[in-house]
Amino acid sequence: MNQSTPISMAGSVPGLAYRKLRDRVIESLLLGAALVAVFTTLAIVFVLVRESLPFFEHVSLRDFLTDTMWTPLFADARYGILPLVAGTMVTTLVALSVAIPCGTLIAIYLSEFAPHRLREVIKPALELLGAVPTVVYGYFALMMVTPFLQKLIPGLPGFNMLSAGLVIGIMIIPYVASVSEDAMRAVPNYMREGSYAMGATRFQTATRVVVPGALSGIAAAYILGISRAVGETMVVAVAAGLQPNLTWNPTEPAATITAFIVQVSLGDLPHDSIGYQSIFAAGLVLMLMTLVFNIAGFTLTRRFRQAY
Amino acid sequence: MGAVTAQASIEQIRADVSRRKIFDKLFVVVGMLVMFSALLVLAVLFIDLVQKGAPRLNLEFLTQFPSRKPERAGILSAWVGTSLIMLTTAAITMPIGVAAAIYLEEYAPKNWFTAIIEINVTNLAGVPSIIYGLLALGLFVYQFNLGQTILTAGLTLSLLILPIVIVATRESLRAVPRPIREAAYALGATRWEVTAHHVLPYSMGGILTGMIIGLSRAIGETAPLITIGALSFIAFLPQSPITAEFPFLSFAWLKDAFTAMPIQMFNWVSRPDPEFQVNAAAAGAILLGMTLLMNGIAIWLRYRYRKRINW
Amino acid sequence: MKYTTLVSAATLVFAGLAFGPQADAQVIKIDGSSTVFPITEAVAEEFQIEKRGKIRVTVGISGTGGGFKKFCRGEIDIQDASRPILTAEMEACRAAGIKYYELPIAYDALTVAVSPKNTWVNQITVDELKKIWEPAAQGKITRWNQVNPKWPNEEIVLFGAGSDSGTFDYFTEAVVGKAKASRGDFTGSEDDNVLVQGIANNKNALGYLPYAYYEPNASRLKAVPVVNKAGKAVGPSLDNVINGSYEPLSRPIFIYISEKAAQKPEVREFVQYYLTKGVPLIEEVKYVPLPKQAYDLAAKHFKEGKLGTGFGGVPEVGLKVEELLAREAKL
Repeated sequence: MNQSTPISMAGSVPGLAYRKLRDRVIESLLLGAALVAVFTTLAIVFVLVRESLPFFEHVSLRDFLTDTMWTPLFADARYGILPLVAGTMVTTLVALSVAIPCGTLIAIYLSEFAPHRLREVIKPALELLGAVPTVVYGYFALMMVTPFLQKLIPGLPGFNMLSAGLVIGIMIIPYVASVSEDAMRAVPNYMREGSYAMGATRFQTATRVVVPGALSGIAAAYILGISRAVGETMVVAVAAGLQPNLTWNPTEPAATITAFIVQVSLGDLPHDSIGYQSIFAAGLVLMLMTLVFNIAGFTLTRRFRQAY
Repeated sequence: MGAVTAQASIEQIRADVSRRKIFDKLFVVVGMLVMFSALLVLAVLFIDLVQKGAPRLNLEFLTQFPSRKPERAGILSAWVGTSLIMLTTAAITMPIGVAAAIYLEEYAPKNWFTAIIEINVTNLAGVPSIIYGLLALGLFVYQFNLGQTILTAGLTLSLLILPIVIVATRESLRAVPRPIREAAYALGATRWEVTAHHVLPYSMGGILTGMIIGLSRAIGETAPLITIGALSFIAFLPQSPITAEFPFLSFAWLKDAFTAMPIQMFNWVSRPDPEFQVNAAAAGAILLGMTLLMNGIAIWLRYRYRKRINW
Repeated sequence: MKYTTLVSAATLVFAGLAFGPQADAQVIKIDGSSTVFPITEAVAEEFQIEKRGKIRVTVGISGTGGGFKKFCRGEIDIQDASRPILTAEMEACRAAGIKYYELPIAYDALTVAVSPKNTWVNQITVDELKKIWEPAAQGKITRWNQVNPKWPNEEIVLFGAGSDSGTFDYFTEAVVGKAKASRGDFTGSEDDNVLVQGIANNKNALGYLPYAYYEPNASRLKAVPVVNKAGKAVGPSLDNVINGSYEPLSRPIFIYISEKAAQKPEVREFVQYYLTKGVPLIEEVKYVPLPKQAYDLAAKHFKEGKLGTGFGGVPEVGLKVEELLAREAKL
């Protein structure tokens, strides 16, 4: 939006030149801050690529992408990334199947239905869910959720993706709920009032007016939640087990990319060995996965953004 | 004829509305159920930690250093370390995150360059925390030679939570209605004046939401801190920020070695001695308590800001 | 105005950084394996108490690999290691001009454990272990009677160490004959407490874990005596490990001290303390101490300046500590 000052007054408004200059300086500072994000990504990509180059000299790209076993630390090493990718995706899907419905439901409830007092108490309490250290969640999944699930599903192994996924889902509910709720509250009241005036109930208003109006914010909340689920480390490392396993069945144990990375970087491997360098290759794959679906989400939100 | 159809329609409408009101009530029930189930999980977790850690939840635990004897091992260095790190992280993330969000929301033109920045931001939210640790090791510890210090820890965690703060801040900036901006422009304000005087004050609430969620995440992180060299045994505290001589405020603590609460927990929970499990549970309960306190302050601030909004 | 306060705050922070005094007290920096950590922590704690805080010791747990990286960059004084230094790391140290002492300080005995509900296994041979754990067994050796016909026709449920750990390397080397050669279908965990739970609750479970995790849980697990080279079935106990009859599943764990660090009097004091007053602490934290002669010999080597490693960058199995210390040390 262009700054508009009446042309005839341009020179005579006191301090305008100073204010314009100050604005320019501030704008570049703000741009600098925004570029921090870009530099961080570049730095991460740089580190990942540089450290995985020796890995890819040793392992062919085709083996990496198509082999079905990931055992880089064994004597007869196999370097197929698919088991780790499958582990990541299954845990994320389980997590999302909990977080998205629950989070959205809670957001709608808090924004449209809950009395003001209740909202001010519940919202912070929900945010606390996201504050529990991930290590605590990991042990919660292992020691409480798994035995509980083992009663429901006999034969469930001690390490499985279902427990880990469910707990991650619970953990990201605040992301989805809080940010969505902020987006919904941003929908101006006159839109709700218009809907009520037509005789709609609160539920209809919520689903047909508020949610569509806040869709871009809700989508942003979803994307944030998804990214968080994909990048979760400790919960899966503790509760899903550390054996790579190419399966789509969430009741089996499996390793995710993140669990593998944490296991190796804190372990006993010498840092210049190929087993260690495999974590950077795995990290690179993870970044690409997140990138692909951030771009997808981004194009979607652009389309839905509403102006009011 | 008009009257007859009008009559029938009114009854139809009434029936319709009462039917939909049932959905309404149903939704309230479902909503509350889901919400309280989620909170129930939190309660179960917290109660479990407090129960298991009860024997060690006393003042000595908070004032003792780590030790090999579980009954002597305390979290003094850990909670001091965590508090100082959180302070640093907040001080770094707040300006950068808010500035970046302001740029993206108020200033950036809608071109491919901006799109790249935006995609970058959300992408960073998905990078696993351990990668930030590895990045920080190479960049901050070695390249910039900042060493394994509280400052490095603060920088690492800031990068980690930056995307959360930026996204949440953007949403809250977007929530300020356009007419407010337009009115300010119409009176001759420059873009910065519009943003700082009119948009920011109203969006403070959402910004604080982002900071709360971000700091809550940062306080529980273990892996990146271990990677940059957080210690597991340190029986002395970083230097005090308040000193006896002028200028009474010192930043030397930024350069000190440190440990943090989640690391202490993680260390204790993997020890063979079952008594350490009690310590770990107690540390977990206190960590949740610290987060609650931190959140509480921010929430109170947000509540105060929210009250002013009435559009 | 909020903005100006932010900017001034930032300036203050950086000014403070520039003028802040350096941390000065004598600090000994230790990092490395989380296996050796409990011992080093105990020694550091008692040492600091004795020195009344004049000498400070800090200990990290970046892992043996991460610790060696820092060690070979000269960033830490002492490295806790659950395995000897490997060739690649020796190169790194050589390139950086770091010379070091290798001192074994305790035993880490691996215990083969089953659930107390397991009534059929009373001893096991290395060959039987190999049959269960070698890579070729994956998917094929799934029942107890396939290993020993006297055992029942029940499923074997396996638990073991994570594949990035020294425990895994050592077990596979000792049992299968080649480090890291193992079947892939077992439940591995970094957290040995989880293994304890898994084995204890499953009648058909078999696993291996460090002695330090078996000992406090001896009521929940049943240790299986391993038949040693002399044909005798020996169970893991403090005495059996010290006198060398529990083999091949005992391995020494080490600390490495850099030559530069050893020139600092506080480091020398600390190491002497470790090898003398620190020894009773080892048993306190449930690890197995070496025989007394080993500590005396190690102290002698440290005093005389015997630098280098006796392993040549390649790990070995079943080595008695006295043999190790008598060896020629190379850098």
